[in-house]
Amino acid sequence: MEDIKGAGSSGDDKENLDNEGKFLNHTPILDELEGGKWPSFISGFKELAERTEKPMIRGVMDQLEYSYKTKMGYWKGGLVTVKGYGAGIITRFSMIKDKFPEATEFHTFRVQPAPGLHYNTKMLREVCDIWEKHGSGFINMHGQSGNLQLIGIEQDKTQECFDELNQAGWDLGGAGATVRTAASCVGPARCEQACFDNLKVHEKVLKNYAGMTHRPEFNYKLKFKFSACPNDCANAIMRADVALIGTWRDSIQIEQEYVKEWIDEYGEDALFDQVVNMCPTKAISHKIGTSTIEIDNKNCVRCMHCINVIPKALSPGKERGASLLIGGKNTLKVGVNLGSMMIPFLKLDTDEEVEEFIEMMDEIIDWWDETGLDHERVGETIERVGMKQFLEAVGIEANIDMIVRPRDNPYYKKEYESAT
Amino acid sequence: MNAPIERTWKTVESGPHTLEGTLHPVVVKNYGKWKYHKMIKPGVMVHYGLSGDALYTVRAGTPRQNTVDLVRQICDLADQYADGFMRFTIRNSVEFMFSEESRIEPLIKDLEEIGLPVGGIANCVAPIAHTQGWLHCDIPATDASGVAKGVMDNLYDEFKTLQMPNKVRLSTSCCSINCGGQADVAIIVKHTRPPRIDHAKLSTLCELPKAVARCPVAAIRPTIVNNKRSLMVDEEKCIVCGACFGACPSMEINHPEHSQFAIWVGGKNSNARSKPQSMSLVAEGIPNNPPHWPEVNDVVGRILKAYKGGGKPWERMNEWIERIGWKRFFEESELTFEVDMIDSYRHARTTFNQSAHVRF
Repeated sequence: MEDIKGAGSSGDDKENLDNEGKFLNHTPILDELEGGKWPSFISGFKELAERTEKPMIRGVMDQLEYSYKTKMGYWKGGLVTVKGYGAGIITRFSMIKDKFPEATEFHTFRVQPAPGLHYNTKMLREVCDIWEKHGSGFINMHGQSGNLQLIGIEQDKTQECFDELNQAGWDLGGAGATVRTAASCVGPARCEQACFDNLKVHEKVLKNYAGMTHRPEFNYKLKFKFSACPNDCANAIMRADVALIGTWRDSIQIEQEYVKEWIDEYGEDALFDQVVNMCPTKAISHKIGTSTIEIDNKNCVRCMHCINVIPKALSPGKERGASLLIGGKNTLKVGVNLGSMMIPFLKLDTDEEVEEFIEMMDEIIDWWDETGLDHERVGETIERVGMKQFLEAVGIEANIDMIVRPRDNPYYKKEYESAT
Repeated sequence: MNAPIERTWKTVESGPHTLEGTLHPVVVKNYGKWKYHKMIKPGVMVHYGLSGDALYTVRAGTPRQNTVDLVRQICDLADQYADGFMRFTIRNSVEFMFSEESRIEPLIKDLEEIGLPVGGIANCVAPIAHTQGWLHCDIPATDASGVAKGVMDNLYDEFKTLQMPNKVRLSTSCCSINCGGQADVAIIVKHTRPPRIDHAKLSTLCELPKAVARCPVAAIRPTIVNNKRSLMVDEEKCIVCGACFGACPSMEINHPEHSQFAIWVGGKNSNARSKPQSMSLVAEGIPNNPPHWPEVNDVVGRILKAYKGGGKPWERMNEWIERIGWKRFFEESELTFEVDMIDSYRHARTTFNQSAHVRF
């Protein structure tokens, strides 16, 4: 049998791995993913490995090939961290390090990017240089929570690598039972539909919670996401315990000359099919033969559809802010839960208004921390304990926008004075 | 081991990177003062500011599992065409913004030259949001990056052309926790057997109460096996969700054959037209078949073909299905409705037909 570079002494499953003088061992199954038109992560990994000749990459590629062959995963968690932090590094040790000793350690830095995932090339090149020096050179852009993920470093290199990243202005994101790294859509940086400065609010709120991001002390994770309009391009309602979604309180702004321009281009039938009849509350009307539309703003639910179709003619109103929804989360363990409306309209323009929002969040976090069970997201705690109890505890006033319709069962109890 | 070097840097707990310095000058000038936008061609749009400025955006797909080499190549293009700035979308695409219309075509050519396809804006298939899989996750039943690559190879033309009724968002997850998220079409691992317990190691590797508490249906109980503290699973109750495996690595849920795929459709987070909605299960028992996952591709392809042919402009997947009904969705997608697609978990009745409305 050929001597396999970097392989352990066990010898089995190493057949055919020799790769004709190349640094990497032969990975025939992974190589299949180099075909096809979509950019191949395997090709990228292989090119990087041949250039840098980092043993860790070779070991990880061998283990990944083995996963593809056996259809099983081989990483286990642990606790690797940097001084003062209890979270931010996802720890990965190989469960089969005897077989693939070069893959023994493969930890990941979660790094918090700027809100909206905006970068300049200087800062990103700096990350690349620091990361190539200390780690594998794999960069995941981005993790599902919105982290810049630097995948693959050994424990004894983490502190020095972190210190260099930190000096360059970067900090670690959340992991485990912490406030997690947040996500935002492109926001007012490039979108005319932005109803609040979600990027500014994101930066301010997450900087405020930096301590809670780095030290796991909750029942479970707490995610913030900031979408600047109801199109919710940051997936806030589904992916965030705390979702701020931009909205407006006054009337949609209409410029009828551009409505006419749209009708002239696409026709009156298209206006009915794609705008009038698609309004979820039938709030838009158009008289045949005219070139204008009317919107019954009292009945508009701020869904964004008509604005999306005719962005030149229609814009959100002038009195803009955000709705607060709480409790969104995915499957585990009560099933998928979308965020529920708490406060239909919040102003978040001034520092004071953002600070008031943070104070309200502090109340909610305190209540959840006190009341929640292990591994329970805030939406699950609210469902288990009761919305009324939650509202009373955190001081949010009941409002009719919280519901689709009033309750249909009579099992409630008013406050009463017991008979003496 | 070398003696540790004395650490001189004191950590700055700065949280997210500052936004300042990350934005293109035209973005800074027009921040919050944009007027409208329009599509120019697949993957290219222009935004006009109230100031009269035009800002072009070119969007390209990436492998998501990038390397420093690819990121540097992207930076080279950003320096050359976008004045040193770029941003990423939540579905892993990179966006270059600039004011000179003449840069569009040369940038597209250079992007395609380094293998990054331009597209993914508006009514087309956007890149797949996906999880880490065998490359890095500790509880994966598959390699989500590989599935995403295989599916996007097949949907490459749908990424680069505007032929769908509305945007199509896809996701892939390597376990039922579904970190890939809700999507128009989601490809998610579904385990089909209860966990296999390693009683010899369990008490040394796992916090027993944590594993017991993790179970959604209280199917895990403490027990003693061979004089060692361990856990047992009531297999009648177990819903094979795999949650316990995350808390306790000695409760192995993954299996090369019995961890399979399910396909879910109709997830939508946008408020446009219909309310945000979670997904529904429409296909299951699909083998986990690396490295190309042909069976997954077949089902996804059929669903998208039916949606592409039947959806009206602006209808998202869930809205198209709402209009034609689930019965016809299954027919048009050539899928089979099965008993497990009727919910039997919490809140199940919200998905029952509590009416006499039936399409014959």
